[in-house]
Amino acid sequence: MGTYIVRRILQMIPVILGATFLIFAMVFALPGDPVAGKCGERPCSAAYRAAFIEKYNLDDPLPIQYGKYVVNLAKGDLGTTASDTPVADQLKLRVPVTGKLALMAVAFEALVGILAGVLTGIRKGGFLDNLVLVSTLVLISIPIFVIGNVAQLYLGVKFGLFPVTVTSSNPTFYELLLPALVLGSLSVAYVARLMRTNLVENLRSDYVRTAISKGLTKRRAYGLHALRNSLIPVVTFIGFDFGALLGGAVVTEGIFNIPGVGGYIFRAIRVRDGASVVGSVTFLVIVYLVVNLLVDLLYGLLDPRISHD
Amino acid sequence: MRGTARTVAVAAMSAVALLAAGCGSGDSGGDQSSAAGGKTGGEITVRGCNPQNPLVPSNTTETCGGNVIDAIFSKLVHYNAETAKPENDLAESIDTTDNQNFTIKLKQGRKFHDGTEIKAKNFVDAWNYAAYAPNGQSSGYFMEPIEGYGDLQCTGTGDDPCAGDGKAKADKLTGLKVVDDYTFTIKTTEKVSNLPVRLGYSAFSPLPDAFFSDPKAFGDKPIGSGPYKLDAWNKEQSIVLSKFADYTGDFGGKVDKITFKIYTESDAAYNDVIASNLDITDEIPTSALIDDKYKQDLPDRNAQKETGVIQTVTFAPTKVDPNYADPKIRQAISMAIDRDTIIKQIFNNTRVPATGWVSPVVDGYKADQCGEYCTYDPTKAKALLQEAGGFKGDKITLSYNADAAHKDWTEATCNSIKQALGVDCVATGVVDFATFRTQIAERKMKGMFRTGWQMDYPSIENFLAPIFKTGASSNDGDYSNPEFDKLLTQAAASTDEAEANSLYQQAEALLAQDMPAIPMWYGKTTMGWSDKVTGVKITAFGTIDFSSVALK
Repeated sequence: MGTYIVRRILQMIPVILGATFLIFAMVFALPGDPVAGKCGERPCSAAYRAAFIEKYNLDDPLPIQYGKYVVNLAKGDLGTTASDTPVADQLKLRVPVTGKLALMAVAFEALVGILAGVLTGIRKGGFLDNLVLVSTLVLISIPIFVIGNVAQLYLGVKFGLFPVTVTSSNPTFYELLLPALVLGSLSVAYVARLMRTNLVENLRSDYVRTAISKGLTKRRAYGLHALRNSLIPVVTFIGFDFGALLGGAVVTEGIFNIPGVGGYIFRAIRVRDGASVVGSVTFLVIVYLVVNLLVDLLYGLLDPRISHD
Repeated sequence: MRGTARTVAVAAMSAVALLAAGCGSGDSGGDQSSAAGGKTGGEITVRGCNPQNPLVPSNTTETCGGNVIDAIFSKLVHYNAETAKPENDLAESIDTTDNQNFTIKLKQGRKFHDGTEIKAKNFVDAWNYAAYAPNGQSSGYFMEPIEGYGDLQCTGTGDDPCAGDGKAKADKLTGLKVVDDYTFTIKTTEKVSNLPVRLGYSAFSPLPDAFFSDPKAFGDKPIGSGPYKLDAWNKEQSIVLSKFADYTGDFGGKVDKITFKIYTESDAAYNDVIASNLDITDEIPTSALIDDKYKQDLPDRNAQKETGVIQTVTFAPTKVDPNYADPKIRQAISMAIDRDTIIKQIFNNTRVPATGWVSPVVDGYKADQCGEYCTYDPTKAKALLQEAGGFKGDKITLSYNADAAHKDWTEATCNSIKQALGVDCVATGVVDFATFRTQIAERKMKGMFRTGWQMDYPSIENFLAPIFKTGASSNDGDYSNPEFDKLLTQAAASTDEAEANSLYQQAEALLAQDMPAIPMWYGKTTMGWSDKVTGVKITAFGTIDFSSVALK
């Protein structure tokens, strides 16, 4: 187990280097002038441009720019944004907020999704099963900005049950509750359906029948054997989803004005703020790798046949 | 009246304002939108957006940072919130006899937020810093009229014009001289009649000595001289201002604390205003403009005002695209655009059809300068096009930056042109503003493209010289007309304001003949506010007038 983890961590290094290089090359290849939008609706003066380009090494060729970046990265320096603040400071402010939001969304989708999947899987074809099937179908087919805006308008503005937007830099559980529910609503449908299908399939399998015929209670056969086996794809999905929510919650963050990572990357791309894009995406790559490792370790717990020795 | 000194001082007016301020109410003008009054003190929150640069007046040209800079820096003159007329603020008087040598006397006793007194050298040092090219200040070009500006620029070519031989020859403007602590003089290279009006632009703010010892720290926490001082700038979240206790100027505010809450979406800010989580939003989202929905959501708590913004459609330079060279073709296209219908259907009447190239909010505006060429008339348009021998290219193109809401109106404009002229017209999106501006700047963009102009200072000159003068910085269509340039030079030399304005108007009239750009519409700003505040007024710049806002 220990050697497995060490090996996986060492494997991360080339992945991070490769990923940052790809991102760097893509940002580099973006058309347009990095200073073009910085002076309002008019071109920036030559002097301003020269000072800006000098500061961010924008006139160096790609390999040299990348080399300088990696050297700084190894020292733990993620660079400086185009508005002159360290990228690391921006991430320090935003990651806790996004992390909290993503954790709440994932907790919601895991709890509700797995519960709904198990209940419907066990009583396939019943009223609850049909109800969940229809309601998840509705959720999957509505775009997230509709759900978000409607929830904000009715639950926030009209009925005043939830705060309309996030107003502090360190949002409370209550402030993030509605955004987290909106954010998790799409995934909860997938988790419920994935859970249900897997459980239904596993309940029909030989080992469950054998276990029951050996005299195991239904509760134990389902709970211990079938459920654990069915969880593997669900855990994979949830792990992947957590990573996706960290960087991909742009729409929800915009609606509820949450100072998160997704909106930050989105705006950085728009204003050609290369350092911010590369810095924050590098961070996301690392999060993905760690979450993947955790998911792989979880497999071993869920299914002893998958061993990491 | 040759020979008499012209002064921008509106002495009587300042005195009245001063008296009024003494009584605890800064209202000197009439009511524009809601009942004035309200109590003094308390705190408000307003919608903000993310400043793109450190908060240094000479390095801020976009509105997000500009709104904050305006509140925390005093200038020599202050623009009246209602009329945009310049009124003396830090200046006691600005005198000139020839429009080239200006003597500026400062009011004594005005202070920076760090307690030091504002003296003549604070202006001279700040302007030298802005103009000196190696400092890379984005507003440095505002110093251009001052004598010696050329020597502060880098002359090299290539990536770094300041390297080697290209280094700037001097770091001080020869046209600026400190006479004593409260007097300095400006000498301009050419005659500039509206220089006193320009001095209210934020790039001309004085900077305290503390700036020059550490510009970087200053950009994070600027030390200004305005009615409000900056307490904290929480990057990408909020900017907190509080009342400056030692402020002795005439334009102080009523509330004690103003917090700019940074929003990325105007919808979120608007919803917060409805739910009373935010006091003022200076932007109403499109969704709420449809059928004037905002008037139902915020009854009696909204206002709309024309601002110094104009949207135009510029033709690519003739050497880039010869198909539009004939002014008759340009005029025909302009007459083929049904501005009224587009404004009604696409903009929900939040624009005003343009009848010229100058915004109505500025001094010197003359209506109907574009005349029939800006009036929708498909029959005449078609006749004019035929007279010019028809359109030679295969289709007309109208390019826009696709990262902002320009798709709808450009397509509607193209449809209007297509129907009126019978020539195919296509609205072409360019991925984003950066790419769009680069293509225009490198003269690679063909056909027509959208251009906008937001005034820096309220003068007719600001809508003509920077955009249409030969070789001007924002002359995207490379327009050049010697007669136009001559009129601008004459106007700048005129010591009589009415005469100067009339010369500028004559120059503007030439644009109707050559049609280097089609005037589309003037901008309007719509604001909404919560039921906690009163006295919200919109300035001619489309910003909130912080001197009149108060809690109920």
